[in-house]
Amino acid sequence: MSLTLFNVLAAVIIIVAFVALNAAYLVWAERRGAGRIQRRPGPNINGPFGLFQPPLDGLKLMAKQLLIPNNTDKAVFITAPVLAMFPAIMSFVTIPFSDILVAHNINIGLLCVFAFASMGGMSLFFAGWSSRNKYAMMAAVRAVSQSVAYEIPMLITVITVVMISGSLDLREIVRQQSGNFLHWNIFPLLGNSHNLLMPFSFLIFFICSLAETNRAPFDLGEAESELVAGYHIEYGSMGFGLFFMGEYANIVVGASLATLLFLGGWACPFGLFPGVWWFLIKVYALIATVIWIRWTFPRTTIYSLLNLSWKVLIPLSLFNLLLTAGLLKVF
Amino acid sequence: MTPSLFSADGLVGIIFLLMLAATLVGAIVVVTAKRLVRALAGLIVCFVGVASMYFYLNSPFVSMMQILIYVGAIAVTIAFAIMFADPEGKEQKNHGNLLSGPVGFCCATLVTFGLAALALSANWIPFAKINDGSVKEVGTQLLTTHAMVFELVSVLLLIAILGALVIAREGRRN
Repeated sequence: MSLTLFNVLAAVIIIVAFVALNAAYLVWAERRGAGRIQRRPGPNINGPFGLFQPPLDGLKLMAKQLLIPNNTDKAVFITAPVLAMFPAIMSFVTIPFSDILVAHNINIGLLCVFAFASMGGMSLFFAGWSSRNKYAMMAAVRAVSQSVAYEIPMLITVITVVMISGSLDLREIVRQQSGNFLHWNIFPLLGNSHNLLMPFSFLIFFICSLAETNRAPFDLGEAESELVAGYHIEYGSMGFGLFFMGEYANIVVGASLATLLFLGGWACPFGLFPGVWWFLIKVYALIATVIWIRWTFPRTTIYSLLNLSWKVLIPLSLFNLLLTAGLLKVF
Repeated sequence: MTPSLFSADGLVGIIFLLMLAATLVGAIVVVTAKRLVRALAGLIVCFVGVASMYFYLNSPFVSMMQILIYVGAIAVTIAFAIMFADPEGKEQKNHGNLLSGPVGFCCATLVTFGLAALALSANWIPFAKINDGSVKEVGTQLLTTHAMVFELVSVLLLIAILGALVIAREGRRN
């Protein structure tokens, strides 16, 4: 396959459009979901079911004045929102939607996604630190300690999956799970792992992806009851909009990874018609769960958040890693 | 044959030059920035630039590891250190004397010249792509050809962990 400029441009446009549209409409989905859970309508004025709300919000944000407070570190202040969107967009370069639908499949795709995802925490740090605002600074401290704490169990869990499939190629990992739902990595019986704790692995991964994307109940970086708004307190107009969209774009990446690693990617639960639709169904089911969790659970405190990672999730994931290694050796 | 500017190859070339510039600019920002946060930002830009150099050298695995470890772990650790420092980031006065600039420049030139001479005169063994980046290949190489380095690195990490534990326990006793 020859790579032409047209191919490159088409891939870039499709990826950016996909990420941006998802981010915009997940805001809508979240507000509707929140409304449903709290027994109120949510946005329902603009267009059918309020569907025109996201583009109108975007227009409003872009029309507003870009305000940079006086004492901020300007260069860093402006870079931070860009960095918020960048990892999610880069991740989708190598995330396969189906066997053939992928912008550029590289054989270390999983590593690539995590390399760029690890840059996400820096965006929050830069935003909070360059704002020169007490609340933003507190949020930055929290965000960095949180992202460090949860990256470890997440990567250990991912290593477990990589050991089972013996590949960092996301397409290959999914291929090994093809067939009905008993072959998926999350179910230990017919899969390659024989590890009965794989559902817990999935749970650890899911919790970590919630914490890494700063979602409730782990959204300590933007705890509005304590920090007014959090790391983006000084941002207005589209700077704030980019942070907001970045959060949802990262959720899409997290849900896609969980689907690819544990839920069989584009494989159908009953072995029928595998394809991109199954991938999207699983991803959006996971995203719906994320939204559901946010409006159901209250926010934790920073200490219990860090304790959960260092004292529960890391030992559990390490144990699971050792167990999987042993089982792979035995079988 | 030089590829046209408006082809995929041309784009690759432009990005190569951009990343090269980013590496240099990032490195300069690191040493000249007055605020620690800016220095860190420059360092990250530099790391990403170096990672892209690895990518152009046909080793995407090393490139991704560079980003994962240096940007994802080391830069975050530095961020921790910055958070313990003075948050206002007072502009520091330059403490060096007049000689430090020229002498430093001469030393840097010498080192660069030496390295370049070494690289040019060395008898490079042409590797056909060492590995295709597959985990198996990398793992095999690590535990056979590079086992010594691997073990040394783990000893280093062990010492670092022990040192951290010792320091942490001292703090608790006081």
